[in-house]
Amino acid sequence: MQQDFYIKDWVKIKDGKISNSKSEIFNSSEKNLDFFLKSVYDFLELKYPKFHKMDGLSKLGILGTEILFRKNSISTDTALILSNNASSLETDRQFQESTKTFASPALFVYTLPNIVLGEVSIKFKLQSENAFFIAESFNAELLKNYTESLLTSGKSSEVLCGWLNLQNGEYDVFLCLISPEINISFSEESLKNLYFAEND
Amino acid sequence: MINLQTELKESIIEQLNLEDVEPADIGNDEPLFGDGLGLDSIDALELIVLLEKDYGIKLTDPAQSREIFVSINKMAEFIEANRTK
Repeated sequence: MQQDFYIKDWVKIKDGKISNSKSEIFNSSEKNLDFFLKSVYDFLELKYPKFHKMDGLSKLGILGTEILFRKNSISTDTALILSNNASSLETDRQFQESTKTFASPALFVYTLPNIVLGEVSIKFKLQSENAFFIAESFNAELLKNYTESLLTSGKSSEVLCGWLNLQNGEYDVFLCLISPEINISFSEESLKNLYFAEND
Repeated sequence: MINLQTELKESIIEQLNLEDVEPADIGNDEPLFGDGLGLDSIDALELIVLLEKDYGIKLTDPAQSREIFVSINKMAEFIEANRTK
C-alpha cells in the first residue's frame, strides 16, 4: 500500500529574513554575510564554538537545521538530501585567493558542498544517508523522488531535504522536514509552492 | 609594546576564528590542544602556516609541531630561537 508523507515543517533563510511554517522568526538589514550569520547565531543562543570555524555554506546549513530540529525531536536515522547550483564555489574562490600567499588548510576542508552534511550530522549526531546534488535550479522532482525512496525503503524515518545555496554573498536556503506525520502534503507541487512563494 | 606571548594569542584567536576568546583567557602554559583550548588537527595546520607567514619559520618535520604547539610559552621560545622576520 502506498504510504503518504508530509512536509512536517520547513524553514527559509533569504535576504536577511528567516521564516518557517508558522511565521517570520528573524529579520535583519545586515548585508555582510558573516555579520548576518553571527547575528542569527546569537539570536538562536547557540553555544557551538566549532560554528565559527565553518564556511558560509556550512553555517547556513547549521542554522537552518538548528531551527527545524530544535522544534522537532529528531531520530539519528534522519536523512539529509540537499542541493544547490553553486556547489562550494564561494569557499573555493576564497581558498584560491589564499593560495596566492599561504594556502589556508581551514578553508581547504570546506571546498566541497557535502561537507555541510558532515557538519550537520556531527552536530545532531545523525548516522544516516546523505547526498548533496548540484542542479541548475530548484528541482522538486529530484528531492521528492530521492526522499520518497529513502522513506518507503525504511532507510530513514524522516528526511531533511531542500535547497542550500550561497553565491557572491547571496544566500537562498529552503529546508523541509519530510515525515509520515501529517501536516502539508508532500508533493512536487507543494515543494514548488513553498519554495517559490517569495522567490519570484 | 606588546610581548610575543600576547601577540601570539591575538594572532591565534584571529587566525583560528576563536570567537568569544580573549587573549587573557589563554594561559601562557595552558595546553593548546586537548583539554586546553581544544584545538584540532586543522588548527595545527593553520598554526604551521602562521609560523611561516608571521615569523618566516618553515617547519620541515610536521612531528616537530607536537613539541612546539604545547603552549604559548613553548611556541614563543621556539619563535625567538628560529624567527627570520
